[in-house]
Parts: sequence; structure tokens; C-alpha cells
Amino acid sequence: MTAETTSPALVTLEIDGRDVAVPEGSTILDACRRIGSDQPTMCWASTLTPVNVCRVCVVEVEGSRALVPSCSRRVEEGMVVRTDSEAVRHARKVVFELLASAVDLSLVDDSIRAWMAEYGCEPERFGPAAPPSDDRDRRQAGHHRRPTGETAETVHQPVKVDNPLYVRDYSKCILCYKCVQACGPEAQNTFAISVAGRGFDARISTEFDVPLPQSACVYCGNCIAVCPTEALMFRSEYELRQAGMWDPDRQEVVTTICSYCGVGCNLELHVQDNRIVKVTSPDDHSVTRGNLCIKGRFGYEYVQESDEPTPIDEVLARARADS
Amino acid sequence: MTVLGAGGGTSSYEEIENTDLILLWGSNARNAHPIFFHHLLKGLRNGARMYAVDPRRSESAQWADVWLGIDVGSDIALANAMAKVIIDEGLHDREFIERATTGFDAYAEKVSEYDLARAEQITGVPADAIREVAIAYATAPTAQLCWTLGITEHHTASDNVLALISLALLTGHVGRYGSGLVPIRGQNNVQGGGDMGALPNRLPGFYDVEDPEARAKFEAAWNASIPPKRGWHLTQMFEAMAAGKLRGLYVIGENPAQSEADAVHAVEALRSLDFLVVQDIFMTATAELADVVFPAAADWVEGEGTVTSSERRVQRVRPALRPPGEARTDIAIISGLARAMGVDWGDPTAEEIWDELRSLSPAHAGMSYRRLEELGGIQWPCPDENHPGTKFLHARLWEEEVKDPAPFIPVDWVPPVDTLTDEYPIRLTTGRHLDGYNTGVQSSGFDSPLRTGTTLDISPEDAERLGIVDGEVVRVVSRRASVTAPVRIDPEMRPGLTFMAIHYPEQVDVNKLTIEAWDPKSGTAEFKATAIRIEKL
Repeated sequence: MTAETTSPALVTLEIDGRDVAVPEGSTILDACRRIGSDQPTMCWASTLTPVNVCRVCVVEVEGSRALVPSCSRRVEEGMVVRTDSEAVRHARKVVFELLASAVDLSLVDDSIRAWMAEYGCEPERFGPAAPPSDDRDRRQAGHHRRPTGETAETVHQPVKVDNPLYVRDYSKCILCYKCVQACGPEAQNTFAISVAGRGFDARISTEFDVPLPQSACVYCGNCIAVCPTEALMFRSEYELRQAGMWDPDRQEVVTTICSYCGVGCNLELHVQDNRIVKVTSPDDHSVTRGNLCIKGRFGYEYVQESDEPTPIDEVLARARADS
Repeated sequence: MTVLGAGGGTSSYEEIENTDLILLWGSNARNAHPIFFHHLLKGLRNGARMYAVDPRRSESAQWADVWLGIDVGSDIALANAMAKVIIDEGLHDREFIERATTGFDAYAEKVSEYDLARAEQITGVPADAIREVAIAYATAPTAQLCWTLGITEHHTASDNVLALISLALLTGHVGRYGSGLVPIRGQNNVQGGGDMGALPNRLPGFYDVEDPEARAKFEAAWNASIPPKRGWHLTQMFEAMAAGKLRGLYVIGENPAQSEADAVHAVEALRSLDFLVVQDIFMTATAELADVVFPAAADWVEGEGTVTSSERRVQRVRPALRPPGEARTDIAIISGLARAMGVDWGDPTAEEIWDELRSLSPAHAGMSYRRLEELGGIQWPCPDENHPGTKFLHARLWEEEVKDPAPFIPVDWVPPVDTLTDEYPIRLTTGRHLDGYNTGVQSSGFDSPLRTGTTLDISPEDAERLGIVDGEVVRVVSRRASVTAPVRIDPEMRPGLTFMAIHYPEQVDVNKLTIEAWDPKSGTAEFKATAIRIEKL
């Protein structure tokens, strides 16, 4: 057995009238990116198996009955792909509109916002948001109210702040399943969360909706790392946002190596005003593939204990005292 | 590794994802090395079989196809018995042994003393299970043998490792992609520290300090003379302190007042010194005893440099924060100290020091800062700037002509020093929690929802026998000291076995209980095998 594999054969296809050759096994999304034609994605991540649920990356493949998700569909020789046809634009627009009418997308990436503008999305056309309900976690399958059609149902539910490290705001959850994959078989294998409920009542939940400290959660933060909407957020970011002090423009990201065990995980320290406010890891590094453990993710406090607390320290200390 | 010539894990993390069999021995990597365990889990999902050797059915062992619940300190008996099965069944790799090893006959004779019945009696592992793991390991096309402190924190540490290495030599499970020996390191630069010569017998780049040619090379580069004899390792230093032979000590980034086995004696020894200097980022218990304290920057986040991981990957650390108060980087402190002693090294940057190392250590020669940046770290050896680094070591053992064959070194089992008696009938072993780290000076700073403090973990059977309920505070008595701790009844534990985590010395100073017996070859203390009794309060 050898470490080296022979390079796979190239497959040639046409994307928006341009010929492109990519290695066999590539996805249409890979091929698009190869020629600099980016596509929107929300449920896709380079470190996870595609689950094809968000549908914002769909493209038209000539001869195909329906639009296909570009993030998972493998290229085939002679394939003719259109990423900007009327059908594609319409589908993406409606998907974004449906999501935005039901889910708080206020913290999605700027690139998603740009795609929504590109397609002229008008989520308001489904009507004003229905009054917030606080019972999503308790709904039983089949117990639906019939929508009136005058307001848009939402996934609103109260923010869950039940531990010192994570905050879960499922009003921002688009059910992309990435957190479930990361907590489960694709990375952490802890299985603390899963999808509960069916249809519009489906939501991400711990077993029986217990608070995180009573669940199997081990606080690796690998779910937060893959969340595309900031429904899952580090407590530090949440508290600083609440205090109006979260400022990515003033943050510097420095890559270093974790100070704990000898595995050698790369840490991206997000630093604002000489304080670490968030820790991530690069998706494309062979050691972590974006994943960390509780020590790497949160174990940095010891380097910022200080006799002269900064405003950031004060906000976070208050939150610690509350929890 | 004296057997194979270079002290480092032979394999890359990616190999455990692509191996056929994983033998995890004395390692609770799920807790202690969680991201390594991610790679291991990928291996399981790719179809590898896993055997776990551990006194506890730990969070790691629970993932195994077969868990071998071994009695603490009987690893050599298990390894030797496995070897005997492999040889008796004719499953050893005769061609590899012939070409790439020496000393097989003496080894075969030694392990022949460990038949299954005897091994079962010593280890507590059923004979059938020993036979199964032996055959599985020998017949797997590729296999990774991984271990951590469950192997090395014994008075027989080096012999334990030799016993495992011999299993790999016997079966040809080393030097090939997917087959290797993987000691997973407990600190972010314990590998790099050794590689840089921070060992009593080494110069940077794996050179032996007692080799005159090697010394001459470094003496020429440094324009200084190097003592021709190896120094003392930590345990020997403590003995020398106790004997009054070592009078001054300079401690950098270590907290021996709390981390040494038999901590009471360690503190006495430190107090007896004429002069103690401590350089640390914390005012540790050791620093409290010091005459001079150098406040140091936390180099992983306030300085520059490199660290080396368990897969021999050298990676850069970078400053993200300004050091607090008067704290300075280790380089600045050491350069300043040299200047005060009359030698001016200037103010070298981390990169300049690294480039000097590259000029002296061929294994690191190709690792410029620029390449370390571009490649996301490089695995040694990397002899020149076109070399991609080395995924796995000892491919040379599979060449036609093997220049330095690897010797089998037969070893015998001896029991732990702290023997079980009627007075001290229960075995205590120590280890780590997921959210804790060593003596807790780093890990106690953040709010972990998982933190439980130190408990005495005991089996449901022992709890019932002793009439102890969950949460009850008991006295734990060893031959050296006693502490009190709450009991946690834990079905992971076998009867007669107890466990305590070491992260909370302020709450329960577990290392007061442990014995200062240590391995004469490596200096590692026997943290893992203490005899205790449990007293109700």
C-alpha cells in the first residue's frame, strides 16, 4: 500500500457555455469554482458530506428532469450545466425568500446577502411575520394550526442561554443539519443533538430538549464552527453583541498552535482589543479539519486574566457571574 | 526509541484513518487527545477493527470492538504473551525479521515463558481475548499501535515501550503506510523539546551528547565547550537535591512542586536548594518557593517560535496578544540572562534561532519559516528545501539491504513497586478529564460545564462491598499520605480498581498519594500504580 494515489482521469463538461476539465469525482460546484464561477451554498461545508437540504446551490443540467444540487452532484463527461438560467434564478430566489420569511437571517455571511440581492428576493411578499410563538420545542407531530395566509409563519423561539460557553438561537436556524453532522458521525461522534419534530415543526434539539449541561454535549464547539447563520454562537460573541461591542472589523485573526496536548491543532485566535473573543480552526488543515476540543476552543482564559479589566473583560465577567 | 534510532511517532494521523487494525494501549485519547481520536474514529468508520488495552473501560475503550481490561502494570506480560501466540501460530513475519531485525531468537525464548495461562493470571485478561488480539494484530494487513501515559507512567516505562516495539517488529507493522508505532504526546511541544536537545543526553537534532564528533560540530558552531557527559533527568535531579548534591535549579515552564509523584518529598527537595529560579507564565506553587521568578510570556500566543506535534509536524506559533506587565518571551529572558553573565547574543528573533538549528540538524534543514507557513507545517525529517517532509518513518526497514537492523530487546514483566496487600488492597490509577490539563494551572481558568473536580471513581461492586454511596466523601490512604475525596460510582471501573484525575491539586492533591518509584531508563515516575485503602469517614 502506498500513500500516493494516481491522479484521477479528467472529465470535461460545459458550464454556462465554457468548457472545463476537472478530476473524475469532482462535484459540479467544484467545477464551477475551478472557473471562478462561485455558487451560493448554505448547507454545504468542505469538511462534511453534502446533505442537499438547502437547495440554494441548484443548477440546471441539460437532460435532467429537475434542478440538481451542484454541491453533491458529480460531474459527468459531456454534461451541460447552466447556473444562471431563468429556472435556476427563480428557484434560488424562492428558496431564499422562503428561508428569509421564516428564519432570522440577520447574521448570515455577506455573500449570501449579495446572492439574495442578485435574485431580487422579496421575503416580505409572504406577508408580515406571524406573532412569535414560544412553544416550538413542545409541539406534537400533527398538532398544526392552519395558517391564515395573512402572515408568514416563522421558526421563532426564545434564545437558549443555558451554559457559559454556547448560545443557541434557533430563530436563526435554517435546518441545514451541519451541526448534527459535526456533532455526530462526521467529526465529533458525540450525538448530543439531532433533528426533532417533522415538517415545519422540525428543529434541532438535544434529547427531550434538555438544557445542554444535561445533554451529552462535550463543548467542542464543532457545531458552532459549521453553523452558517450564527444560530449557534460562542457565549463570548453573544455577550459582546448584546453589549454592542462585537466588531469584526477591529478583529485580527492569528493562527497559532494550541497550548494543551501534543496533537498540534491549529487555532485561529480572533482578537479584539488584545482579547481573544473567539477561536476557530482552519477547515483545510490536515490535523483538525476545522475541529477542536473544549480545551482548544475555550481554554485560553488563563492568558488573559488581568488585574486591569478591559471593557471586554467586564462584559464577559458579568455574563460569567450570571451563569 | 533506542530500537529504531529516532525518538518520534512513526506514523501520520491520516494513516490511522486508513489502517486495518487499531491497537490502543494505555491511552484514553478520547479525553486526552480528542482531535487525534477524530482521526481514529474516521479509521473505525472506514472499517478498521479496534482493540483497547486499558484497566478502565474508558471513553476511548468504549469504541473498541474488544476491550482488554488489564490489571495496572501488567502490560509486558500481555505483550509477551501475544508474541508467544504469534510465534506459536507461525504468524510472525519471518522474511521481515530475517532482513530487518536482530535478536529474534533470544526474544522468542524470553516470550516463550509467557503462556496464556500465566498471562491471564498476571494481567486479568482472559486467555481467549489475549489470543484473539494477538492473531488479529499479526494477521491485519496494516495496524497502528498507539499508546500514551498508561504505558509510560510506570517504573518499567522503557521496558513497556520495548515490549510494544517488539510486537511491531515481530509482525512487520512498522515502516509502511498504515502500519506504525504511535506514542501520542501529552504536551504541545514535548516532541519538539526533545528534538531540540532538551533531554539530558541529547544535542539538538537527535545527536548524542556523549558522541565526540557530534559535540565537536556544535562546539564549532557555538564557539563554546559542551560537557562531555550526559546530565540528570528530572527524577535524578530530585534525588540529587535530596542527597544535597544539586544545590541550584532553574525551572522553566514546569510545576514540579505539584506535578511530581510524591509531591511532599518534591517540595522538601525544592526547599532544600541554595538557589531556585523559576521562569513561568504563572506564579505556580514551585514559583512560590523560588528565590528569583522570571515572569514569562505565553509563547504560544505572545511570542514566536515552533512546536512539534505527535506526528513530527513542526508548526509555527505566532503572537496574538501583548504579554502582560513585565513578562518577556523565553528568548528575551534567556538572551538577557546570557548578557548578564557576560555573553552578548544580541536579540535574536525566533526565526534566526530556528535557522541556526536548521544549519545543525539535517532532519530540520529544509524547514524554512516560509515553507512551514506554506505547507501548514512539515513532518521531520525534511533534509532540504525541496523535500515535502516525511509521512512515516523507517521505510528503510523494507529496503532490500537494511543497513541498521532493528534489535529485538527482550524484557520481563515485574509488578508495580507499590504492591497490593491486605492493608492496601485497592489499586489507584490516575489520569485526565476531557476539560482538564495536568495540574490544572492552565485549564482551571475557563468555565467548563463538564468540570466535576476530583472524585475517587470506584466500581459498583466495590462501592457495595464497602457500603459507600455515590458522592460520599471518603479517606484515601496510600503508604505515603492520605487525602479525602468524594466517591463517584463508575461502571467503567473493574472491582479492585480506582481512578482519580490530577487536575485539582488545590482540592485533592492526588500526587501526594502516588509513589516516587521511577523508571531508571527514562526517569518517568509511576503515577499509574498506587496501592490504597478506602476508609469511611
